[in-house]
Amino acid sequence: MSGEVEASTEEQQEMQDTVVSPEKAEEVKLKARYPHLGTRPGGSDLLRKRLQKGQKYFDSGDYNMAKAKMKNKQLPTTAAEKTEITGDHIPTPQDLPQRKQSLVASKLAV
Amino acid sequence: VNAPRGGVGGGNDFQWCFSQVKGAIDEDVAEADIISTVEFNCSGELLATGDKGGRVVIFQREQESKNRLLSRGEYNVYSTFQSHEPEFDYLKSLEIEEKINKIRWLPQQNAAHFLLSANDKTIKLWKISERDKRAEGYNLKDEDGRLRDQFRITTLRVPVLMPMDLMVEASPRRIFANAHTYHINSISVNSDYETYLSADDLRINLWHLEITDRSFNIVDIKPANMEELTEVITAAECHPHQCNVFVYSSSKGTIRLCDTRAAALCDRHSKFFEEPEDPSSRSFFSEIISSISDVKFSHSGRYMMTRDYLSVKVWDLNMENRPVETYQVHEYLRSKLCSLYENDCIFDKFECCWNGSDSAIMTGSYNNFFRMFDRNTRRDITLEASRENSKPRAMLKPRKVCTGGKRKKDEISVDSLDFNKKILHTAWHPKENVIAVAATNNLYIFQDKIN
Repeated sequence: MSGEVEASTEEQQEMQDTVVSPEKAEEVKLKARYPHLGTRPGGSDLLRKRLQKGQKYFDSGDYNMAKAKMKNKQLPTTAAEKTEITGDHIPTPQDLPQRKQSLVASKLAV
Repeated sequence: VNAPRGGVGGGNDFQWCFSQVKGAIDEDVAEADIISTVEFNCSGELLATGDKGGRVVIFQREQESKNRLLSRGEYNVYSTFQSHEPEFDYLKSLEIEEKINKIRWLPQQNAAHFLLSANDKTIKLWKISERDKRAEGYNLKDEDGRLRDQFRITTLRVPVLMPMDLMVEASPRRIFANAHTYHINSISVNSDYETYLSADDLRINLWHLEITDRSFNIVDIKPANMEELTEVITAAECHPHQCNVFVYSSSKGTIRLCDTRAAALCDRHSKFFEEPEDPSSRSFFSEIISSISDVKFSHSGRYMMTRDYLSVKVWDLNMENRPVETYQVHEYLRSKLCSLYENDCIFDKFECCWNGSDSAIMTGSYNNFFRMFDRNTRRDITLEASRENSKPRAMLKPRKVCTGGKRKKDEISVDSLDFNKKILHTAWHPKENVIAVAATNNLYIFQDKIN
């Protein structure tokens, strides 16, 4: 019996909160959509995600393969020019195709 | 009595007018073209922008022409260069963006101009110099540069300096690298004109402008156990006059003022600024929206301003327990926090700036709106950076967001706001009423109307 009375007091408090604070109402909405959202508000999970920005690839091989996929159109011409790289020629830094430079000028500078 | 249409940043007759817009018109915005920083130099003659593609564009103000009385000098392209390139850290499998996070000008000491530009990991000192003369009449080489046949040289002459078309050259003079494990969010030139600080999420370093192979670490908030991480550094700035004082803000909404005379490592602050929070109003969003995205000292050095998600606060350096002024930027967003969290907008980092006399402050919002607050008259105004209002010297009309109930004509409802059109970066000319507003890939320049 007393449990029921307590529950309705809590409900009353929540209703009051909703009326008083739009922020709390938004929190209720969010928790309804994501019930497993971190117990600590805005805590270390968020911060650690922020610190890890940029970490997209498992390793450098993964990174280079991803870049190669993007540059598929360019690969054939590069290979044709530097045929001596494949096979028995030991490449030097000067021989290797350079990473594409950003040659496009800013549109603000028009 | 008519509602004041201007009056912010100047006298009662003050009105902001459109001056220029730069950048592509088309709707399709290339990511590289997104402007990531805007900064006037110390005299206001030059205006620099940095973008996500790692490029810097510098505009120079035209000399005022006596014939064109109605408009002040316009800003035209002076120099542009590629400051940073994308890199890959093989050791950590970390892609390093070329996006320019911050540009800060050095005070001008000779004919050349110097600026610092920083991406996530590296800071570079660029020298921008003019060349308007060329030497002609060399003895050993001809005009094309080819070496002359030495036996043909029978007389000696002194090369003469001849005028040439103005060429503006940008060259990297110093590269300050490998000092930041985390992402650089701020750089700030010290008033001693010899040192500067750079801050990342967990550390702040002090550099000497001449020395690139080492820097002093002056703040380190990295916990021994990363599981215990509760806050990160979000911004830092040197005091404008006291070269031993700097401040840094945190993701928890606090600001620490440090004194480098007190200790070599400034982990212990000299002053701690925090506004007390009502514990009953705390919600999941409280800490996120209290995170400070920018901190700026006033020109006087007496105050500092902080920007958090919904407001701008002015603090008196002599009072740590609460700000002296609080301005609501877009309070109507408080009832939209759930969706702003879902679309990540709640993490947008807005900057703020002072006008030259510290009488007004400006910050951006969504829908290409930006807000200005006059500290003396307590008036505020919302303006829009839009090509629809871009006739030369067109007066800007104040905008209003309707928060509920009946929407009046010319008002825009909160649900109609475009959250992709964010104004994160704005700059105010150090002496005049000229402002630069970055709206995604376009740069708007507004000036006051001359009566």
